[in-house]
Amino acid sequence: MAILIIAEHNNQSLKSETLKVVQAATAIGGDITVLVAGFNSAAAATEAAAIAGVTKVLHADNAAYEHQLAENIAALVTELGKGYSHILAAATTTGKNFLPRVAAMLDVAQISDVIAIESADTFVRPIYAGNAIATVKSADAIKVLTVRPAAFGEAKTGNNAPVENLTAVHDAGISRFVAQELTKSERPELTAARVVISGGRGMQNGENFALLNGIADKLGAAIGASRAAVDAGFVPNDMQVGQTGKIVAPELYIAVGISGAIQHLAGMKDSKVIVAINKDAEAPIFQIADYGLVADLFTVLPELEQQL
Amino acid sequence: MKILVPVKRVIDYNVKVRVKADQSGVDLANVKMALNPFCEIAVEEAVRLKEAGSATEIVVVSIGSSAVQEQLRTALALGADRALHIETDQNLDSLQVAKLLAKVVADEQPGLVILGKQAIDSDNNQTGQMLAALTGMGQGTFASKVQLADGKVQVTREIDGGLQTVELPLPAVVSTDLRLNEPRYASLPNIMKAKKKPLDVKAADSFGVSLSSNVTLLKVVPPATRQGGIKVESVAELVDKLKHEAKVI
Repeated sequence: MAILIIAEHNNQSLKSETLKVVQAATAIGGDITVLVAGFNSAAAATEAAAIAGVTKVLHADNAAYEHQLAENIAALVTELGKGYSHILAAATTTGKNFLPRVAAMLDVAQISDVIAIESADTFVRPIYAGNAIATVKSADAIKVLTVRPAAFGEAKTGNNAPVENLTAVHDAGISRFVAQELTKSERPELTAARVVISGGRGMQNGENFALLNGIADKLGAAIGASRAAVDAGFVPNDMQVGQTGKIVAPELYIAVGISGAIQHLAGMKDSKVIVAINKDAEAPIFQIADYGLVADLFTVLPELEQQL
Repeated sequence: MKILVPVKRVIDYNVKVRVKADQSGVDLANVKMALNPFCEIAVEEAVRLKEAGSATEIVVVSIGSSAVQEQLRTALALGADRALHIETDQNLDSLQVAKLLAKVVADEQPGLVILGKQAIDSDNNQTGQMLAALTGMGQGTFASKVQLADGKVQVTREIDGGLQTVELPLPAVVSTDLRLNEPRYASLPNIMKAKKKPLDVKAADSFGVSLSSNVTLLKVVPPATRQGGIKVESVAELVDKLKHEAKVI
């Protein structure tokens, strides 16, 4: 068994999703090679070499890979991937973008959003927005998987795997990067945060989301939102937690003014401890919350901030 | 320019999903079915491009049993000009769907393919990317904005942490995300008109594409249910529980 993992990084540093994919790969068993494809991304390659369980790091450094354009990354991964039994990437917007392209070029299926590895050829994944869990078995020569990071722990670090530089450049010359607009925030990323506090339609407007700031500061939390809050225009869409947004599984999830639609629950129900604050005692969110507080959020939030 | 819009018939998003007792799948008997929400957005985007004068013809295509003609008629009522039903009773995986669509692309020569980023039943999020790979086209996935100009398309994509804009030469594949547009409702006159629009039927096995997949579904089970916890009476009690019982703060 030989596993190729495509690292998730921003050229400067490795993202924690990569550690989780390595963790998933160790459940398959076999040599693990991590590919870092980027531009001026030596630091990310060095970080990848430090992940426990990694046999080798392949480092492809070229302007063609700077923005993770699917056409270029897929061409590179398809070329390299032919020598492996498994190709894995995180089920992030990057992995979901290029990996199906790789699978099609290798003429094999992709298994999306794997949440558990049963064996080297049998995998578990959610379907119907997490309302059903499917177990599938692949007979393809190369298994191509995206892995849901929230479902796996992080691999440990403390390794010094060799880094091999790749010189061949795969520039498909099809797409061109125009611009990128990343939300700037001092807070941890939603998918990596230990604590997440999210607001829903009950917040009433965007300004009221400021009530979550003080609590988030004290807890070192990321701030999220339900789809209802995003669709109402309270906050930008990259804050959305749910089946069509981010899937999170923090140690503590605080849902404020969120009723608990199925689509939201699919994005956070694997959190370790769930707190719900809602004035409607019948809200479905209370059925899955470990601690529920039936109260008006506008009185509770300032109190909570003060008592933390 | 012609736009090709592949669409899928799926369980209506308001329906509560029930897993069959024999673990063979989800119970779809007598369940309301609908056009996949992301596909609806794809049809709407194509119609808007046509209304803006950027496109001349919209062809919708769907693969499945004769039941998918219902969703093709819906798409025609929303503004598509013509429909193609690729008939099969087999359940196809994304790769087989993409291979069939690649044949349709070769026949129809569209300038743009717009499709939903994922279907809300299988949640694969693969078909658009695979179609782009098989046809050698560029891909603009998870689109929240699509702009055509000078034989190129600029696609603003929803990515983790923000937005990315890429430029692709035509023909290209665009997959839609939720906030690309808000689909219109079909008016009654348009629903009546849609019944007269052309709808061709072709057998899936007439395309010369292998429809078998190497992936087998072993079982489908309901998700583990989470036990509800307790109600606390005050903020002080909540903070105390989080500190001393759950030990998470």
